[in-house]
Amino acid sequence: MSGALLECAGLDKRFGGVLALAEVGFRIDAGEIYGLIGPNGAGKTTLFNALTGIYPCDAGGFRFAGEPLAGLRPDQIAARGIARTFQNIRLFGNLSALDNVMIGRHVRTRAGVFGAILRTRATCEEEAAIEKRSLDLLGYVGIGARANDVARQLPYGDQRRLEIARALATEPKLLALDEPAAGMNATETLELKRLLQRVRGDGTTILLIEHDMKLVMGLCDRVLVLDYGKTIAEGPPREVQRDPRVIEAYLGGVGADGAASV
Amino acid sequence: MQAGTGAMNILARPGAKWLGVVLIAIALIGLPFALAAAGTAWVRIANLAILFVFLSLGLNIVVGFAGLLDLGYIAFYAVGAYAYALLASPHFDLHLPFWVILPMGALVACLFGVLLGAPTLKLRGDYLAIVTLGFGEIVRIFLNNLSQPVNITNGPQGISRIDPFSFGAFSFSKNETLFGLAFSGPIKYYYILLAVLLLAIVVNLRLQHSRIGRAWEAIREDEIAARAMGINTTRIKLLAFAMGASFGGVAGGMFAAIQGFISPESFVLVESVMVLSMVVLGGMGNVWGVVLGAVLLSFVPELLRYTVEPLQKSLFGRSIVEPEVIRMLLFGLALVLMMLYRPAGLLPSAVRKRELAKPEEGAEA
Repeated sequence: MSGALLECAGLDKRFGGVLALAEVGFRIDAGEIYGLIGPNGAGKTTLFNALTGIYPCDAGGFRFAGEPLAGLRPDQIAARGIARTFQNIRLFGNLSALDNVMIGRHVRTRAGVFGAILRTRATCEEEAAIEKRSLDLLGYVGIGARANDVARQLPYGDQRRLEIARALATEPKLLALDEPAAGMNATETLELKRLLQRVRGDGTTILLIEHDMKLVMGLCDRVLVLDYGKTIAEGPPREVQRDPRVIEAYLGGVGADGAASV
Repeated sequence: MQAGTGAMNILARPGAKWLGVVLIAIALIGLPFALAAAGTAWVRIANLAILFVFLSLGLNIVVGFAGLLDLGYIAFYAVGAYAYALLASPHFDLHLPFWVILPMGALVACLFGVLLGAPTLKLRGDYLAIVTLGFGEIVRIFLNNLSQPVNITNGPQGISRIDPFSFGAFSFSKNETLFGLAFSGPIKYYYILLAVLLLAIVVNLRLQHSRIGRAWEAIREDEIAARAMGINTTRIKLLAFAMGASFGGVAGGMFAAIQGFISPESFVLVESVMVLSMVVLGGMGNVWGVVLGAVLLSFVPELLRYTVEPLQKSLFGRSIVEPEVIRMLLFGLALVLMMLYRPAGLLPSAVRKRELAKPEEGAEA
């Protein structure tokens, strides 16, 4: 499929009197790594929550793979092929890493109560497939040796990877990552970058919120810059970097030149 | 996520494990005769204990697996019991065989589970507990008052002369002698209850280690993350209520058949609390823990009843403290000790243990 995987048009989201997102619009093509940046409070995570059905939109909305997402529940959106991670890691902390990923397979498997009670052949085969696939995914993100460790006790960087593995277990067309490099050191960030490039190479489109500008600039094909809920720039990272409005948003209206470190 | 914890480690070797299973099986098969020697009342107590284990396993699905606090669970027991009583007693002059009614009772209770679940799905924790508590009371009050204008439940008088389990001429309530052994009614019931209970344990364990069981666990851990991972939390929670309720329904049907008489008095709030205590004492989420909790809480009060008074009489010549008082005292003591030393239960599930260990590890991190 070429062309738009996700389209967003005229998206408004209000919290009481605050307009958190105002007429946001963009499109993500299949196979892209699309960045979403902006200062704190710009509305990036709100956009994610609207996309994944956690908040309803007040106006406008998303079309994913040609179909509107309006009114769908989070689980239905996951079933359509959008998986996400969370800014403040939301793993199933007391379960093992493997169990976390196996739960991610829920939406792509079907065994019900009767299958579980009777342990039918189909159920057993499905269980074996779930476990194998999940172990593979843990290996894929580089924490295969941690399968039986409790999620909450994993090192921070591994928890971020586990969240990605869990999201990938839902077989997403679009992987939405909310600050995956937060709290990572330079080496870990570099490994993350390679992982994401590999994920994209394997055919998954990526939407990325990130504050690590080096990572964004090195990884994203295009970026969208939000400030106070409005789009202030969109385009390839090199161009956006030089946009005076972006520089102003980040540096609070200091002089234009010399601010290219954004 | 192995079923066994600490106490079962001795059984780690395969040979020892099978030996253990055989020994437990022999003990369970021989138990009613040993109890009968102490009096048939003890066999009846064992039967009620099995029913409570059954109930606890059902509630464990709702509370232990899915993490939904239910304080009105006894309502499903009541629904099952009344379904059985109405379809197999002179009250409506219906006498359907038990193997037809028990599944029907499970189904009806299951419907009630969905009925309770549907409007309460958005509630969590304390709020859910209050609504379920109200539900339990509503069911009981209905049973108490549905004698007018049309007499359905016979009100507070209850329903009596309920049919026992029977296959043609073979009735579970009659005494019989086989191979020179006296099989009293309660002993025969004991075996059928035990068989049904084993089935229930298998169902519980299989559900826990399945796709559905994982979804319950996910919801208990983090509902928002569970939804984002594509779990339809509404359906999965309803499923937990429905499964738990149908366990209650089956237990209720068996209760009605064994007792031969039921009235709304058997389904008061305290019974719900009792079943919940069994789940919590044993260890929420761990099937073997729940079994242990239910057995302990079923037998200990009876033991007290039979020992406290004779003991006082022999020591002081008269009874000073009622067994009931001692029971409450011990319950309070047990509550405090459990909170201090084993907050996750006697045989906690590994996951629950970690959950309750959270603060310490938070401090260390």
